[in-house]
Amino acid sequence: AETLQIVVSSSPVPSHANDKESYLWRSHTGGFGTTLESRGSCKRNQGIENQKKSERKVSSAVSNMSRRYDSRTTIFSPEGRLYQVEYAMEAIGNAGSAIGILAKDGVVLIGEKKVTSKLLQTSTSAEKMYKIDDHVACAVAGIMSDANILINTARVQAQRYTFMYQEPMPVEQLVQSLCDTKQGYTQFGGLRPFGVSFLFAGWDKNHGFQLYMSDPSGNYGGWKAAAVGANNQAAQSILKQDYKDDASREEVVELALKVLSKTMDSTSLTSEKLELAEVFLTPSGSVQYHVHSPESLTKLLVKHGVTQPAAETS
Amino acid sequence: MECVFGLVGNGFAIVAADTSAVHSILVHKNNEDKIMLLDSHKLIAASGEPGDRVQFTEYVQKNVSLYQFRNGIPLTTAAAANFTRGELATALRKNPYSVNILMAGYDKEAGASLYYIDYIATLHKVDKGAFGYGSYFSLSTMDRHFRSDMSVEEAIELVDKCITEIRSRLVIAPPNFVIKIVDKDGARTHAWRQSVQDVTTASV
Repeated sequence: AETLQIVVSSSPVPSHANDKESYLWRSHTGGFGTTLESRGSCKRNQGIENQKKSERKVSSAVSNMSRRYDSRTTIFSPEGRLYQVEYAMEAIGNAGSAIGILAKDGVVLIGEKKVTSKLLQTSTSAEKMYKIDDHVACAVAGIMSDANILINTARVQAQRYTFMYQEPMPVEQLVQSLCDTKQGYTQFGGLRPFGVSFLFAGWDKNHGFQLYMSDPSGNYGGWKAAAVGANNQAAQSILKQDYKDDASREEVVELALKVLSKTMDSTSLTSEKLELAEVFLTPSGSVQYHVHSPESLTKLLVKHGVTQPAAETS
Repeated sequence: MECVFGLVGNGFAIVAADTSAVHSILVHKNNEDKIMLLDSHKLIAASGEPGDRVQFTEYVQKNVSLYQFRNGIPLTTAAAANFTRGELATALRKNPYSVNILMAGYDKEAGASLYYIDYIATLHKVDKGAFGYGSYFSLSTMDRHFRSDMSVEEAIELVDKCITEIRSRLVIAPPNFVIKIVDKDGARTHAWRQSVQDVTTASV
């Protein structure tokens, strides 16, 4: 079926058929013309049909028609998608995974390191976990250089808040503020979105321990357990089954290690391939962000029996 | 001369301000309320240039409301006081506001608190404070009689002593005062102290 599109203008209603020049019809290029291009709109509709067919296949396959809407982030496709944002999320799907889980007395973040080499100076370079402020830390999945920019932005925003109010910035407000920055790159400026997903772990006096996940679109949500990066859907479904409310930090660390061992691609699990961090309160009431040393990690891996990737459920 | 003073008692903070609106030798009105409700549990008593006073206190009030709408939680008194000080500090070396502020508030964790913020962005958390020529008298009176954790009645007695002292010793003393209180139940007007009321002439 053909669709007729009529633009209502402020010009007066013509009195007879000779005035049809006053009406403008949308042409297949998206502009306006004085005649209805029946063939053009037919082709366009066919194109949409083809696109819909291809969308039913694997999500990453894209038809030729949609390439027209790829190159600029600032436009929607005819089906209402922002392809650049979706491609950014694809990029993250190939990056090292990260998992965050909320415990009763803290938040645990664990990440899979993709860059493993004996030559890497581990004491001076962190790959997955970063501290944003004394009470907030984050785990990263995606393009590292993009992540560095956003982490710096988050740090500045947190300090700006503390400068203004002399109080630590509430975690949700920090996440929201960073996501507002990310959203800007999906709407104006013509720049591509950031290819990073974050897991924010923090504590504030309003809501206690919190875990937030944010993605390139600028959406964020508060989670009890979340996974980003490679195999995140598999990790998320295991977490859905095995997560328990009000678990202790040790139980949550065990769960995190087990989930990661099941979803990681590598053949063996060593402390070199992981980064593990916890956010918790010291007895005196201050927030502590602690990254496990390789020795401590090795001990934990042995303790929970996950030095080999899980071949069976245990 | 504008008089503003306040003190902290047991679970409450009280502020008093004169209510004369003066321009040179003319008194415009005797019932100008200079203590603004910042939100349900905060008061801001201000003295200084009338235009700046209203402009700046309303600006702070609207920003405090905006924070609450955006984030679903109110600012603490300390955060609001620091925000206010920051705004005065930013404007100071461009276009300073000539406003002195006493900010009183009640928070569940911190209890009642009083902040002294002067026009050049000084910030102090205090138990008692005062601005203007009246401060010479009210501060001395409060220094003499103040004790920590006074009851509301004792605090009102002290406020009345200060008002009496101002009325008797300050050469152009403002005749009327308003007293406002903030505690766990919120911020509200407590009382007026009026020795002169606006006279309306009978129609001829």
